[in-house]
Amino acid sequence: MKQRLWFIFIVLVLTISTVILTVSVVSAQGPTPTADDVNAIAKQLYCPVCENTPLDVCETQACAQWRELIRQQLADGWTEEQIKQYFVDNYGARVLSEPPRTGLNWLVYLVPPVIILAGAVILFRALRAWNKPAAVETEAGPGSASEADESDEYIARLEEELRTRD
Amino acid sequence: MTENTPETTAPKRDMPLWVQIIVWVALIALLVILGIGLMRNQQGTVQAGDRIYDFSLTLFDDYTYEGKSPVTLSDLRGKIVVINFWASWCTTCKQEAAELEAAWQYYQPGGEVVFLGVDYVDTEPEALAYLEEFGITYPNGPDMGTRISQAFRIQGVPETYFLDREGVLQYVQIGPFTSIDQIQSIVDSLLAE
Amino acid sequence: MLADFGYGVLVITFLISLYSIVIAIYGEFKKSAVMVESARRAMLLTWPLLTLSALTLVYLLVNNHYELEYVWAVTNRSMPLYLKITALWGGQAGSLLFWSWLLAAFTSAVTLRKWDRDREFLPWVIVVSSVTLAFFLAMIVFFENPFAKILGPVPVDGRGLNPLLRHPGMIIHPPMLYLGFVSFVIPYAFAMAALITGRTDDRWIRITRRWTLWAWMFLSLGLVLGARWAYDVLGWGGYWGWDPVEIAALMPWLVGTPFLHTVMIEEKRGMLKQLNMFLIILTYDLVIFGTFLTRSGVLSSVHAFAESAIGPMFFGFIGLTLITSVALVIYRWGDLKSENSLHSLLSREALFLLAALLFLGILVISFWGTIFPLISELFTGQKVTVGPPFYERATTPLWGGLMLLMGIAPLSAWGHSTIKTLGRAIWKPSIVALIVPIAAYAGGIRQTVALIGFTLVALVITVTLYEFWRGARARSRKSDENFVTALLRLAGRNRRRYGGYIIHISMVLMAIGILGIEIFQTETQKNIAVGDEINLAGYTIHYDSLAQFRNQDGRYVTRAVMSISKNGRDMGELYPRFDIYPDGQPMTIPGVRSTLVDDLYIVLVNWEQVGPQSTPFKIYHNPLVKWVWIGTYLFVFGVLVAAWPEKEREYASARSRRKKAAYGTSGAD
Repeated sequence: MKQRLWFIFIVLVLTISTVILTVSVVSAQGPTPTADDVNAIAKQLYCPVCENTPLDVCETQACAQWRELIRQQLADGWTEEQIKQYFVDNYGARVLSEPPRTGLNWLVYLVPPVIILAGAVILFRALRAWNKPAAVETEAGPGSASEADESDEYIARLEEELRTRD
Repeated sequence: MTENTPETTAPKRDMPLWVQIIVWVALIALLVILGIGLMRNQQGTVQAGDRIYDFSLTLFDDYTYEGKSPVTLSDLRGKIVVINFWASWCTTCKQEAAELEAAWQYYQPGGEVVFLGVDYVDTEPEALAYLEEFGITYPNGPDMGTRISQAFRIQGVPETYFLDREGVLQYVQIGPFTSIDQIQSIVDSLLAE
Repeated sequence: MLADFGYGVLVITFLISLYSIVIAIYGEFKKSAVMVESARRAMLLTWPLLTLSALTLVYLLVNNHYELEYVWAVTNRSMPLYLKITALWGGQAGSLLFWSWLLAAFTSAVTLRKWDRDREFLPWVIVVSSVTLAFFLAMIVFFENPFAKILGPVPVDGRGLNPLLRHPGMIIHPPMLYLGFVSFVIPYAFAMAALITGRTDDRWIRITRRWTLWAWMFLSLGLVLGARWAYDVLGWGGYWGWDPVEIAALMPWLVGTPFLHTVMIEEKRGMLKQLNMFLIILTYDLVIFGTFLTRSGVLSSVHAFAESAIGPMFFGFIGLTLITSVALVIYRWGDLKSENSLHSLLSREALFLLAALLFLGILVISFWGTIFPLISELFTGQKVTVGPPFYERATTPLWGGLMLLMGIAPLSAWGHSTIKTLGRAIWKPSIVALIVPIAAYAGGIRQTVALIGFTLVALVITVTLYEFWRGARARSRKSDENFVTALLRLAGRNRRRYGGYIIHISMVLMAIGILGIEIFQTETQKNIAVGDEINLAGYTIHYDSLAQFRNQDGRYVTRAVMSISKNGRDMGELYPRFDIYPDGQPMTIPGVRSTLVDDLYIVLVNWEQVGPQSTPFKIYHNPLVKWVWIGTYLFVFGVLVAAWPEKEREYASARSRRKKAAYGTSGAD
């Protein structure tokens, strides 16, 4: 019985101290966000009025206001996600460094892999179609896969070495 | 003379038709997209006579229009609408702020003209301070998600758009007004119609 | 008066280029050698004429003729002479003139070559290059006239070049890029000539391969210089931001590079004619497309020239070249068909093709990311940004694949390689290369991408050095030369091969720098008072003093003195500053301490209040970034080795080739 009480007591202490620690960490970040805290988020957001400039390096008056806004929001305890969402709601999706994964924007993520895969398939099929056993080619004689173009005998030797390294 | 011996050339076979079709379709699609993009770019903002998409503007906390907060453009049919895009970080906007407010004071009693201030990508505290500084009383609200400014394809701030009673765009002012007379002469000509 | 002269010369040059187009086509159909010769001579006239026109503009720039709008826009009285001269390409109109001048130089040079073996190409090469030249001249003559006068009173002083452009990097970067762009016109013109005449052997490739190499070098240098400029001047701690205009310059490079490799297959094996045609057309059109993007204002970008009227004309030209080229390729598709054969999926041909696929993959990502905002705006009315995270995530594996191929391909044989032969060749270099990641891991590096990247870098370097060693050993054994002599003679006689290997090493040296800054960059920003310190990455940065003063040329300079130390050891001072030009334009000049290990990069932030009590500094620690610039020097050396003119050996080599071919694959001499 006594042991059990002890156990509960320890658990309680641990829980409370964890909670206190967590809270204090959060609030420690709260009141005085540093320039680095602000930049960490500003880096990921793009200036909605200048083209292709992240907020952390943007020199305009407007950007200074937005950095101040981020600092204020951090001080109010907003999370990174909330701040980003606020920016999207207010200034449109273009403040994000990538299009959000919704609707038509999926195209930006899907089209390149599809084209590259298609290219890979075409290449693979072509290579397979061209692939012939070496013996056939040797009979073909001139113009074959030999060292046709190497004008230097040493290069020819090097190439031969690669081919017959057994 | 030829470097490749002729026997390495395979029997002539044309590109399959379906590949040709794909190639042409892709090429044309690309050109069309570029073309439209270019056209838009060359046009600049929406032009007089263009259809204006309906929007509703949620106003800043202390602002209302006839007691309501979101102002919807289509509800304003029958009135002349002056839409001014501005921002607190915009220095040229400050040159015309007093003139716009004076013009609003002049027309407000008649009830035939509505001024709307659309705050383009701005931060709220600075925007409110700006409105306070110039004592602006006509309905003002932030352009959430830049939807309105994108619909007007604004090129910068300040820009002002004048809609007639039918809601048709009649005049576009790029850059600040220099005097209240300038605003009045445009509005009066619309009122006279 | 002088301006009218310059403009008049431009108009005449434009008419002459039209003449050479018409007369070359007419001569070709009439089978009149005299007419074609006339067209050729007309083309030779364009360069001296454009030189005259460009010199006129330079004269006007140097002598403060502010009655001209262009002179007013890009110079002012306080600019030094060299900047006034280079202001020739400081703005839209002048840079178009400069571009045309370069193009005329290149096309003239190519028409001066001996044509006896390729008479049939001549008229079409003239037509294609003259059409390109005429197009650029038309833009100048009709829309962007650098000789146009200001309406109203003549200003006393000019507006002056944008301060950001007053940097050595910005002075050499555009000419390099333009040289790269312009010289790709030559291989394209020959390719078109080959398609039109139906002479679809590899002759056009043999004629233009050195052009292509030079073009590629200039383009690469242009890219690196642009990066260097951004690093030195823009003050955001990096050199590459995946901005649309940067990508526009990168895209031709992404096609030109595999083209340099696959043409080797066509030369050796007569394979892949269709692919090579496709690649050169794509390169040329991406050059035009990139210029269009930069100059028409279709895409918004930090670098974009101001909107201008040339957009529609450019669009028409892109349409014309694309449609003609594609139509020609489809028309000749059957003729371009070649008997392709391989003996193995690991042969060097197959690996080159795989590399081409990866390059084109990066191209697809870049292209799609660049035009997607346009598509999004058209269909949804919403603007979106496609920024660095997208490109970095998507292209990193492909770059890695390319590095792996650079490590493997030199050890695979033309025509035939098996896992066994390749494995035997590669296991020794691989083991040597593995030392690097193990050492890095032991040194505390845990980032997977970095470990893989450094392994690949090490693999490429060891494999390439191994190749040098193997070749020199083979030669020194056979010919009783000592090792070094053998190495030099071997490389000297096989410039393209060994130059190429040097370029490979230079590329992975740059990769070291890129990996360093991409993965290990750290930064901090802080407001401190004089006397305070900032710590970053082991460095202690002490803020000694601040000076604010007006310079003689009217700039208002804010300059801080920072003393750097590491582990108590003094490492000198840095002077980050920013200048406000009289017209209000700011320019940030970071203080940079650069070593082989890392760069310390201090920016005096100019967007906040600056005073001795509280000065905002932004400090970046950029490990290894210097290797990017070191790689560039080696790169230039490699290209010089590969492309240095040597005696025309084609007849000789063709003969020896025939002789050797008789041995078949029994191969050995």
